Amino acid sequence: MLKFALAGNPNCGKTTLFNGLTGSTAHVGNWPGVTVDKREGVYKKCEEPIAVVDLPGIYSLSPYTQEEVIARNYILDEKPDCVINIIDATNLERNLYLTTQIMEIDVPVVLALNMMDAVEKRGDKIDSKELEKRLGLPVVKISALKGEGLDKLMSVAYEASKVERKGRTVLDETALKHLVSDLTIALSGQGVENPVFHAVKLAELDDLEVLMHKDTVSMVDAFKKSNLDETFGDDFEALVADGRYKYITKYFSPTLKRKNKEKFVVTPSDKADKVLTHKIWGLPIFLVILFAIFHLTFSENLFFLGGLLPEGYVTLEGTVFEGVFGEGGINSPGVSLMNLMGLLTDTISGLVSGWLSSAAPWVSGLICDGILGGIFAVLGFLPQILVLFLFFSILEDSGYMARIAFILDRALRKFGLSGRAFLPMIMGFGCSVPAMINTRTLADEKEKLATIRVIPFFSCGAKLPILTAVAGVIVSKGNLTAGYADVITYSMYLVGILTALISVILMRKTTQRGETPPFIMELPAYHAPQFKNLMVLLWEKAKHFVQKAFTIILASTIVVWVASHFSFTWQYLDEEQMSQSILAGLSGLIQPLFTPLGFGSQLSTHGWVFALAAITGLIAKENVVATLGSLAVGLSFSGIDGLFISTQISTPALLAFIAFNMTTIPCFAAVSAAKGEMPDKKKFKWTLVFWIATSFIVSSSIYLIGTWWWTTFIYVAVFVLACLLIKVVNKRREKEA
Amino acid sequence: MVKTLDKFVIGESGVVVGVTGERKIKRRLYDMGITNGAEIYLRKKAPLGDPIEVTVRSYELSLRKSEAQLVSLEVHHA
Repeated sequence: MLKFALAGNPNCGKTTLFNGLTGSTAHVGNWPGVTVDKREGVYKKCEEPIAVVDLPGIYSLSPYTQEEVIARNYILDEKPDCVINIIDATNLERNLYLTTQIMEIDVPVVLALNMMDAVEKRGDKIDSKELEKRLGLPVVKISALKGEGLDKLMSVAYEASKVERKGRTVLDETALKHLVSDLTIALSGQGVENPVFHAVKLAELDDLEVLMHKDTVSMVDAFKKSNLDETFGDDFEALVADGRYKYITKYFSPTLKRKNKEKFVVTPSDKADKVLTHKIWGLPIFLVILFAIFHLTFSENLFFLGGLLPEGYVTLEGTVFEGVFGEGGINSPGVSLMNLMGLLTDTISGLVSGWLSSAAPWVSGLICDGILGGIFAVLGFLPQILVLFLFFSILEDSGYMARIAFILDRALRKFGLSGRAFLPMIMGFGCSVPAMINTRTLADEKEKLATIRVIPFFSCGAKLPILTAVAGVIVSKGNLTAGYADVITYSMYLVGILTALISVILMRKTTQRGETPPFIMELPAYHAPQFKNLMVLLWEKAKHFVQKAFTIILASTIVVWVASHFSFTWQYLDEEQMSQSILAGLSGLIQPLFTPLGFGSQLSTHGWVFALAAITGLIAKENVVATLGSLAVGLSFSGIDGLFISTQISTPALLAFIAFNMTTIPCFAAVSAAKGEMPDKKKFKWTLVFWIATSFIVSSSIYLIGTWWWTTFIYVAVFVLACLLIKVVNKRREKEA
Repeated sequence: MVKTLDKFVIGESGVVVGVTGERKIKRRLYDMGITNGAEIYLRKKAPLGDPIEVTVRSYELSLRKSEAQLVSLEVHHA
């Protein structure tokens, strides 16, 4: 099968084009660096099927970041039949800089001029025929978003792939002309493929090339001795970059005819930025937006009407709108949808138990309590997960997240991170796996490691049921007014963020010392979120969640049910005897471990369920609530609330339970993603230790401080002592160095 | 008049005349289009004045003052 690679700058519409060509639904976001690994799909509307590979977005083929190396090696080693270079037409010069590097490789290249509509909207024009002539490469105008010109692009690329192409460089007008052509001849003589590309990179003394062509490097050194450039001295890397941009401004830029001759115009983006990245209000606005999102998702008192309205002021009981109104307040969209979902699942459970009323007790028990109890406990949270995810996608798609990185850089710098590291962290609110993979855009190894370790603390969608379910218990247990659930959820999210920040500082001051990496980032223009893109994202998320519910979580709940309803002598136990089950026995063994966290040996009957739930969470975090839900039904409680209250667990212990699940070893998928990003196995092992230690420290402190307030002093004293110790050790190290 | 980018005030613009610094950072600046002859316009500063946002080659780039300090420009007359 023919293989075409898509290459281009970050955020140029590459992934949108990939989705349009292959009918795939890969994640698109409005910040540079959403695609960090290559992805493959098939285009079927040509004479023969064509494999399309989406490479990570890159600015250059330098050896300095991982995604640039991935893209570079792919084009050089996998030898695609054609490279489709996507160009953001609103940003011609910088996009063509990458083109001048790709065209040095012996591969057919076709240019796709994307976002032409935005160019024309400005009143500007690009003479694509002239550009085509000057580049010596076919140019096709497309709109990836509207799906226009895609078939034309593919047929032009198909034609191009049939013709062999030799690499060409634009450096002929620079002082390096002779060096590059001599190197090209020398490398061709050695039988090296893509001699022009390697010759240029060698002239730059690119680290990867110097290793590959040790014998030829001497030519560069000799040339350097006799030819020093006036402006750049022997910095040939600068000379090459300068030569490329000079060539682009001289020959390619004139194909763009600007209507507005003013060089720096005020765009609508600027107006939005005046407010959103305001000197003083920027950060408060971000926090308010964040709280508004949580409020809309979790609040049972949307308009803060709580005490104002008499209870039962509106009753829509029995209708599908029943869930819109809570006790004395109006529910948020998130909670309303969740109640609707609850209505649906309750109806199904009712029907199923009706059908199974004459079946053997273990059959109806397994199906109704074990399977449905577990899966429905998790599925009930799907609406809230989707609502939260929708809001985050809007923030991301609009370009606001990139601004937050800009605002937060100064603060993060103190922690030894760049603002860039904030993006994978905030992605962690959706799912840790893509967030961990996204850390590849961080050039600094130590920053990357520290970021991966704290990503799970940014509580993901699968941990949300734990938060909401336990927060609900706290509200009903403490007889708090409805409306506090969102505050508890929001604060627990903040606890996660705080834990992340503190552990990053500690890491950067101890095991992961290093310079704060640079922050040089493109800020994309704001644009209205695309409805279709958002819906596709939501659909994918929902599909993934439901699939997981009916596979991993289904299997786990069956195992949990069986092990909790049979004794070691394989006898079926009913609800009164469940404390003699295999599971109760095994969980009882590890239960004492959690005593310092408040959900260990101090609990009365059924106290083992917390230890068990936390362990099943290591497979998938949804399991925590699924297990509790299925056990609650099995033990004949009306819901998780009843089960929790029967164990006499305290409120601080419940908070500690949330914190433990949030900060401990993440789910199996996230652990493998972290392992994949850490080639050093020792670092991976220490990462596991780090997660266990953090979760015990954070949740035990919540429990102990919540129970005995004066322990705050002990914690503060220990913390201050630890900080002082680190400071002293670091001072001594500095002196030694 | 030549001065470094970190000394610019909002609304000021100039032409790049030199980039210094450690190899990796310098290359990054070049790759993003900050090469001799490029025009740079200081758009805004983040809260506390750092990082800064500039327009270069008709797109927006954000960088820290410490990185901006590596870029020297010939200041345009207003």
